[in-house]
Amino acid sequence: MSTGIAPVSARRRRGDAIARGLIALLTAVALVPLVLVVFYLLYKGLPAVTADLFTSDPTGNFLGNAGGIKSAILGTLEMVALASLMAIPLGIGVAVWLVEFGKKSRLASVVRYFIDVMTGVPSIVFGLFIYITLVLTGALGSGFAAWKGSAALALLMLPVVTRSAEVVLLLVPNGLRESALALGAPRWRVAVQVVLPTALPGLVTGSLLAVARAMGETAPLIFTAQATLGTSFRLDERMNSLPIQIFNDIQNPNPVIVERAWASALTLVTLVLIITLGARLAARRSRFAT
Amino acid sequence: MEAGTLRAGGRSQLERSPAARLPDRLMRYGLLGIALAVLLLLVVFFAVLVSDSQDVFAKQGVFGFLFENDWNPAQAQFGAAALVVGTLITSALALVIGVPIAIATALFITELAPRRAKYPLTVLVELLAAVPSVVYGLWGVFILIPNLKPAEQWFADTFSFLPFVGGPVAGPNYFIAGLILAIMILPIVSAISREVISTVPSDHKEAAFALGATRWEMIRMAVLPYARAGITGGAMLGLGRAIGETIAVVLVIGNAPTIGKQIFDQGYTLAAVIANEFGEASSNPLYRSSLLAAGLVLFVLTLIVNGVARAFVVRGERGKTPKAAAGAPVA
Repeated sequence: MSTGIAPVSARRRRGDAIARGLIALLTAVALVPLVLVVFYLLYKGLPAVTADLFTSDPTGNFLGNAGGIKSAILGTLEMVALASLMAIPLGIGVAVWLVEFGKKSRLASVVRYFIDVMTGVPSIVFGLFIYITLVLTGALGSGFAAWKGSAALALLMLPVVTRSAEVVLLLVPNGLRESALALGAPRWRVAVQVVLPTALPGLVTGSLLAVARAMGETAPLIFTAQATLGTSFRLDERMNSLPIQIFNDIQNPNPVIVERAWASALTLVTLVLIITLGARLAARRSRFAT
Repeated sequence: MEAGTLRAGGRSQLERSPAARLPDRLMRYGLLGIALAVLLLLVVFFAVLVSDSQDVFAKQGVFGFLFENDWNPAQAQFGAAALVVGTLITSALALVIGVPIAIATALFITELAPRRAKYPLTVLVELLAAVPSVVYGLWGVFILIPNLKPAEQWFADTFSFLPFVGGPVAGPNYFIAGLILAIMILPIVSAISREVISTVPSDHKEAAFALGATRWEMIRMAVLPYARAGITGGAMLGLGRAIGETIAVVLVIGNAPTIGKQIFDQGYTLAAVIANEFGEASSNPLYRSSLLAAGLVLFVLTLIVNGVARAFVVRGERGKTPKAAAGAPVA
């Protein structure tokens, strides 16, 4: 019976060091694109940021003054706000049903399955769905319209909101529900006055992440809201948006317009980051979510 | 007090009156109605998509659409083989480049990084997902394509003995598209791998250490076998993303409806064709239906990939076939 522990052989130690080094190196490689994207956004985008950029609409002129992106910023905010009004209540509603009523029933697992399916559907397919049902055929007025763009974005947000809300609602301790029920509260009051307020920070986080995702989407808007030049507050007409503006500007041969694309991209990423940051702050206030 | 005294008019005093129970039922069935309406909506969308793409299927047949390599809208020829192949090549490249890096980040964050670095690293990897695809496209067009071209040409010349490598490099090409897709799927593959790796029981890891394993040997013997199913699922979810990604790809793939001979050739994908040719197609029913058919193929493809992926992830998270659980640490 030996008393000492044999030292790890040099070959095995070298293997360990190489593998660890490789893993660390690949992790560093993963962060390279992030650094490069941020660097070029600032390097190319910042010089093109002027007061004019935010206060004027694109002119559509190929030569001369290209104009700013006011209509695109406002359009994105309007359409995403409307999409949130559609998707967040619906998504949280479905999550409440799943957690408080459906639980482990077969129907609930079918609903869960479909929500999972929706998460995987490419955003361009959601755009096509709205295009073939709302834009081509005109029960609600044919043609491109901002609210149809919002509908496409809402479809995209719905599964994100529902899945994150379900996770958060499941974290609400059952003791809270049981205490409320024992005090004689009906189920609906337990859901509305106990479960939802307890889960609120988590719900806000999930919803904001969905908003951030919708804000950067280009593909669903191409066939639904399309684009226009001027600032518009009418939801039944075409509306400009930041992603579409960038997409169109990239394909423009005029370098001034490409510069505007960089500035618009910087604006878009900043908006998305602000919302993502808001989501993280809300998550920090949560008592249950990690 | 006896139970009988609680009863008034046939029901317990503790029971709510039918009127007071109404809000409960309203909420229960109202919310169920919303959930079912969403499902119904999806089914309706699918049905309309199928019926609207019939024109092109009637003309060329489903197989003719999928496997004929002749995309020529001017001649009313809609054989989408080049698009299908382009989607497969770019997604495969994305997996080959992205998945090893994603697994490495997950392993580094869960097993190797100092405790204080874990959270910041997680946030940084997730930030990659916060960048909109149109911004990746912009970056790809104006930064990646011009700056990588010399390196690609060198690689193509030096390694021309490899299959699918060699010849002149096109600016926009399959490889650039695959590279950008790899960056875009990295966060989700990494996040799911991380989740699965964190479910590996510490018993298994400690057992490996107790047997004298180095940290890497512990990862190889205890962590990876246990997490394999979940990581596979995560990679497939990434594949689903890569297949459906549109805007970044349409900007960097060149949009040439041909099957390239090597990875530095121009190509096209199913998603890209929809975004790129939608404007011209909207007034021509056959053309339009061929783009809707491309969308339908995309939809079905992602459904299959995601269905399989979910099964893997679920198996990975609660999974642990007894064999894997018992066998992993001593393997």
